[in-house]
Amino acid sequence: MSRHVVARVGEIAPGQRKILEVSGRRIGVFHSNGEYFALLDRCPHQGASLCSGMLVSLVDSSEPGEYRMSRQAEMLRCPWHGWEFDIRTGQSWCDPAKVRVKTYLVTVEPGAELAKGPYVATTYSVTVEDDYVLVEI
Amino acid sequence: MSTHSVVSSEPEGSRSKPVGSGVVDCDIHPAASSPTEVAQYLPERWRKHVSTFGVRLPNQPTINIVPYPRMAPGHGMRMDSWPPNGGAPASDLGFMREQLLDACNIEFGILQPLSGGSMTTNQELGSAFCNAMNEWQLEKWTRKDKRLKGAICVAQEDADSAVATIERYAKNRDFVHIAIPTRTMEPFGRKRYWPIFEAAERWNLPICMHAPATGYHCNTPSGWASYYIEEHIAFSHPPQTIVTSMILEGVFERFTRLRIVLVEGGFAWVPPLAWRLDKQWQIMRDEVPHVKRPPSGYLREHFWFTTQPVEESERPSDLLDTIRWIGSDRLMFSTDYPHWDFDDPSRAFKIELSREDRKAILRDNAVALFRLNE
Repeated sequence: MSRHVVARVGEIAPGQRKILEVSGRRIGVFHSNGEYFALLDRCPHQGASLCSGMLVSLVDSSEPGEYRMSRQAEMLRCPWHGWEFDIRTGQSWCDPAKVRVKTYLVTVEPGAELAKGPYVATTYSVTVEDDYVLVEI
Repeated sequence: MSTHSVVSSEPEGSRSKPVGSGVVDCDIHPAASSPTEVAQYLPERWRKHVSTFGVRLPNQPTINIVPYPRMAPGHGMRMDSWPPNGGAPASDLGFMREQLLDACNIEFGILQPLSGGSMTTNQELGSAFCNAMNEWQLEKWTRKDKRLKGAICVAQEDADSAVATIERYAKNRDFVHIAIPTRTMEPFGRKRYWPIFEAAERWNLPICMHAPATGYHCNTPSGWASYYIEEHIAFSHPPQTIVTSMILEGVFERFTRLRIVLVEGGFAWVPPLAWRLDKQWQIMRDEVPHVKRPPSGYLREHFWFTTQPVEESERPSDLLDTIRWIGSDRLMFSTDYPHWDFDDPSRAFKIELSREDRKAILRDNAVALFRLNE
């Protein structure tokens, strides 16, 4: 396990994502409703770039004619076949027990703390004044 | 040193992809870059007509768009399929090469242009539109990339014009099949369509019947369904009518070399339909004395099926059984690019196919059927 600096806080606007390669894996880092999430950029169904998909709400229904919207912008919909995954857990909506996409722990830390190490920052020169988004892989 | 050395005369790079290792994609939907791109191939008389009156497709609740709203944005396109240089998905050959032909190792790609000409109520216009689609395929696609093979689009409801179109294009091997949509005006075994079968047999061209969003009838026998998910399910109904009608009308007794490909209509329904046909034929064959053999025999000999979207059975072994019942020599891989329900050749089958079956389905069956090695 190692921690990687993937973005400066403020770099990924709310509702946006950044797709990048970390330790040979393509991952997507999402900024949604003030929180950060990271998932492997590969749909377990047919291998599409899952993290290029739309962030949508969860729609469910107790009976025909009724529907409820919840979990705003917390479901990631694959750009190919529309399979939806919970960005908090990586679980698929259709088959949560069997189908899931790998998720990674994301933390935000001040540059001053990071200066003590250890972390991996190949593209960032960390400064003590800024805050950073880190992904643990 | 011999100058006839085969190994040393091989061009660089050919060893990394030996001949026969590629994939044949039987369902690619090429698109126009602008609404008038295909119309420019129409004769002046019809160009004028289209600009004055427009084009009306039959049995659509709306004009010129698909009847059901699909995945937005883009009406059911793969979300990553818009070319970076602009235009609609699958309208740019360069991006199609990058995203599909090269990325998926496609050795040959069979175009399924879903020509509106086959479904235009003004049948003279429909026929002119089919000819325009054929010219457009040549100029925009098949002459520019030899991997791509075209469809002779025909206005099947006017069989004479359809035959004239086939005669005009069949000699050109850039065309490897005749395209007809599945929701025809009458069940497809009827005699009004037989001149088309005769021409198809004469030129040794299979007829590919693709499930379209439009057609001469509603998408279910009871009328229009409510949801897109129902429309998608209904794609597998007309192919069953085609199989039943063609066999029971005796088409294959007359046209013994005719070959039909059912595209994007699913395939898991095939074995139970064959069982049902055979059972009823045993009891009622006096009604159709021209049907001389059990219907499943005709089905087995004359029909091929494309795979996308591959049915995903709960138990993988059930799908293997289904493939065994149909025959792995009768299934042909397809992606449906650039539509949202695209199948990737390396990931589409969630079952362990044998090496032979895999090669047959992904490549060899289509190479043989469409005569791609000629």
